[in-house]
Amino acid sequence: MSTPYDVQRIRADFPILQQQINGRPLAYLDNGASMQRPQAVLDAVNYYETHLHSNVHRGVHTLSQLATDAFEAARERVRRYLNAASTREIVFVRGTTEAINLVAQSWGRSTLEAGDEIVISALEHHANIVPWQMACASTGAQLRVAPIEADGSLNFEQYLALLGPRTKLVAMTHISNVMGTVLPVQQIVAAARERGITTLLDGAQAVAHEPVDVRAIDCDFYAFSSHKLYGPTGIGVLYGREALLQAMPPWQGGGDMIRTVSYQSSTWNDLPYKFEAGTPHISGAVGLAAAMDYLEALGLPQVAAHEAALLAQATAALTDIDGVQIQGRAAHKGGIVSFTLAGVHPHDLGTILDHEGVAIRAGHHCAMPLMDLLGLPATARASFGCYNTPEEVDQLVRAVVRAREVFC
Amino acid sequence: MELNELYREVILDHNRHPRNFGRLDPADALANGHNPLCGDKLTVTLSLQGDVISDLKFDGNGCAISVASASLMTEAVKGRDRGSVSAMFDKVHALLTQADAPSADLGKLAALSGVREFPARVKCASLCWHTLNAALANADAAGTAAVSTE
Repeated sequence: MSTPYDVQRIRADFPILQQQINGRPLAYLDNGASMQRPQAVLDAVNYYETHLHSNVHRGVHTLSQLATDAFEAARERVRRYLNAASTREIVFVRGTTEAINLVAQSWGRSTLEAGDEIVISALEHHANIVPWQMACASTGAQLRVAPIEADGSLNFEQYLALLGPRTKLVAMTHISNVMGTVLPVQQIVAAARERGITTLLDGAQAVAHEPVDVRAIDCDFYAFSSHKLYGPTGIGVLYGREALLQAMPPWQGGGDMIRTVSYQSSTWNDLPYKFEAGTPHISGAVGLAAAMDYLEALGLPQVAAHEAALLAQATAALTDIDGVQIQGRAAHKGGIVSFTLAGVHPHDLGTILDHEGVAIRAGHHCAMPLMDLLGLPATARASFGCYNTPEEVDQLVRAVVRAREVFC
Repeated sequence: MELNELYREVILDHNRHPRNFGRLDPADALANGHNPLCGDKLTVTLSLQGDVISDLKFDGNGCAISVASASLMTEAVKGRDRGSVSAMFDKVHALLTQADAPSADLGKLAALSGVREFPARVKCASLCWHTLNAALANADAAGTAAVSTE
């Protein structure tokens, strides 16, 4: 890549960033919760809705064919993004949460038996805990939690020690949404596969921040949400290894997922349609494909390097503020910095930062067990995207100093 | 909206130095309150003499709005009977949610009026009152209850 990373040019692609909040320029640092969409995504969705929309896989009329083509082109786009072997392995779902629930309900209920074990990490988001608790409750399987170190990295030895003859699944996050830790997913998966254990990765926080190659990682399932990749909400992807998906029963019944239906029984459609009952979020898939085009044109390694520089700047500047404690100091981190400020509750911090135009997340980040482990009710979290600037990090730091002045 | 309308000096003071903080033991009633959205948790314990709240305490953790509101509440309701506490809750609720709500007879509680400009924070300020109500509802059975503002 010969051109330097021009963040101002990138920002110009995002109309929502061109506004003031509470009289200050918006510094949008809540990308871990949801990212903003570039004009290219808004245009792609609008073009689809304006010119192409009908239902997919049904009509013989022209629009139905155009909509089907757009939807299936989006699936192929996702396949390429993940380097999956086949579009049969790309299932469109509502988001990461639904993807994991699909695996828990379909694979989990048909595979797990009483006494089997599922290994997760202590870092997991509720979306990678609760579906497994539900699967455990209906099958008698048990959830085991691989511990973390104080810096937020996985205790790999204890993870290995948890893998036993009854372990049927390892389900882990790729990047922690709270502590920012990038997990060594290749090693995690390799250790599991050596033992014949199925693997699922929650890629929600990873997929827009580093290149993801599901064949290089060699995982069985990979889940992510479009809106954490500069795309629309309400759409996401479950990647699943074809042989596994083939063997799994459907989890929702209805139109599109069947081959034949009689009043007595039904037969199932081919992959991936077997797992896509009902009319899908077609414009969402189109928007996601446009977001992937956009992000790959920027270059994922370039975006990752940009975000790493912002993280380093924020970490250093926040550390210098009296009373700030950063949660998560792993050597390999994504663009996420969680922190607390002594004497100031994260929600008050969030309100004061908002007043200064800085949007961050304050709360438990849907990771209550991790918060309990850290002994904190909540943290403040700044998370970076391709369009954030060093000036916005300065704005964050000034606002945290201001919060300290108000409260301390 | 102005930040100092939300974080008035009274609120900052009650957050730094919460009044009636802790637990009564023994207590005639106890209730736990939880705001799952932000993780605010508080416990209200109280003693009754007939219909009158003769003493009460709260503890827990939460944001400045939630801690200050609870602290102000304990000062405001101590020594009052249930009927007047209930009327006061109605007034506080109106103060938190309605523009132009009267605050003349609310004393220091009027400092919470800035919260209504921050809709996401109304639950922080009302959690203690819901928890107090739950404690009063439990008083006869001397039981415990959990309330949630979600």
